[in-house]
Amino acid sequence: MENIQDSQWPLWEVFIQSQPGTPYKHAGSVHGPDKSIAMQNARDTYFRRNEGTSIWIVPSNAIVASDPNDSDMLFDPSNDKAYRHPTFYTMPEGALNI
Amino acid sequence: MSMKQNDVLFLYTLRLADDALILGHRLGEWCSKAPILEEDLALTNIALDMIGRAEAILRYAAEVEGKGHTEDDLAYKRPERKFYNHLLVEQENGDFAHTIARQLFISTFEYHLYTALLKSSDENIAGIAAKAIKEIKYHKKHASDWCIRLGDGTDESKVRMQTALNDLWMYTGELFETDEINEWLHEGGIAADLSKLEGPWKTDIVDVLGQAKLTVPTSGYMQTGSRKGVHTEKLGYILAEMQYLQRAYPDAKW
Repeated sequence: MENIQDSQWPLWEVFIQSQPGTPYKHAGSVHGPDKSIAMQNARDTYFRRNEGTSIWIVPSNAIVASDPNDSDMLFDPSNDKAYRHPTFYTMPEGALNI
Repeated sequence: MSMKQNDVLFLYTLRLADDALILGHRLGEWCSKAPILEEDLALTNIALDMIGRAEAILRYAAEVEGKGHTEDDLAYKRPERKFYNHLLVEQENGDFAHTIARQLFISTFEYHLYTALLKSSDENIAGIAAKAIKEIKYHKKHASDWCIRLGDGTDESKVRMQTALNDLWMYTGELFETDEINEWLHEGGIAADLSKLEGPWKTDIVDVLGQAKLTVPTSGYMQTGSRKGVHTEKLGYILAEMQYLQRAYPDAKW
């Protein structure tokens, strides 16, 4: 995809980890002229209320996104393959986070 | 503690608190006006850190004073001549470069001051320092990164950053000015030895300005007065705005 340029500084995507060991989740984006200031902006924008313990920032133009026109090809074939979901097993009682 | 010791400690806590209160007010003035949304959040976040610190120190100051005042009384009902913040923090925001120069000078100073206060024999001050130092490290990094970015940026940002440093330089001498209050409390292990902070402060400033390709100002002319409650004309305007409600409607609550 084309990188969307606006009148401000380069755009960075912000990923935050809420607790050690958990996956990073996309929080949003910030502007920043360099990685150090972008990191501070990410902290000030998304970490004001104790949201997490770690931050990743990635230049937005480094993200490769799938083309919406390819959605049929990419996603539809998995629609009717219920056997790929592990829903046929009985879960032991007390097993968490599986 | 004798009365006299408490009076001295009271003045010292006001010095610490007023820097935080007045700088917090100044930084809050950037709200909705910063150059970019992210920086609006950053500057007002720092302002909130400052107001929070001011509240904690003024609460302790009121306790030391022992006259039944609250932290709000001390913030909103004290006259100008009883404020002891450094002249540096009451200076106007100016352009973004002036705000960054002010932040660089004061947060570098606070970094060394509060590092020393971590070892204060007064457990309230040591406790406040332990919380404040984490915030101050961030404020120092914020100001240093911006100073480098602007100094080593465009022709215009370089000129503006150098002008700001030159304009505010005359308010930095006061940071290391000592008097009998500071010396007495330092001997008692409560206050920091200001004479030992100037060297490390200067080393840090020279380092940042070197990275920023800027010139360290050399003028030896320094303003003074705030240790005795004598201020520039800027403080009166801040207090007029900050204290208006309590002056117009004493003890108003909501």
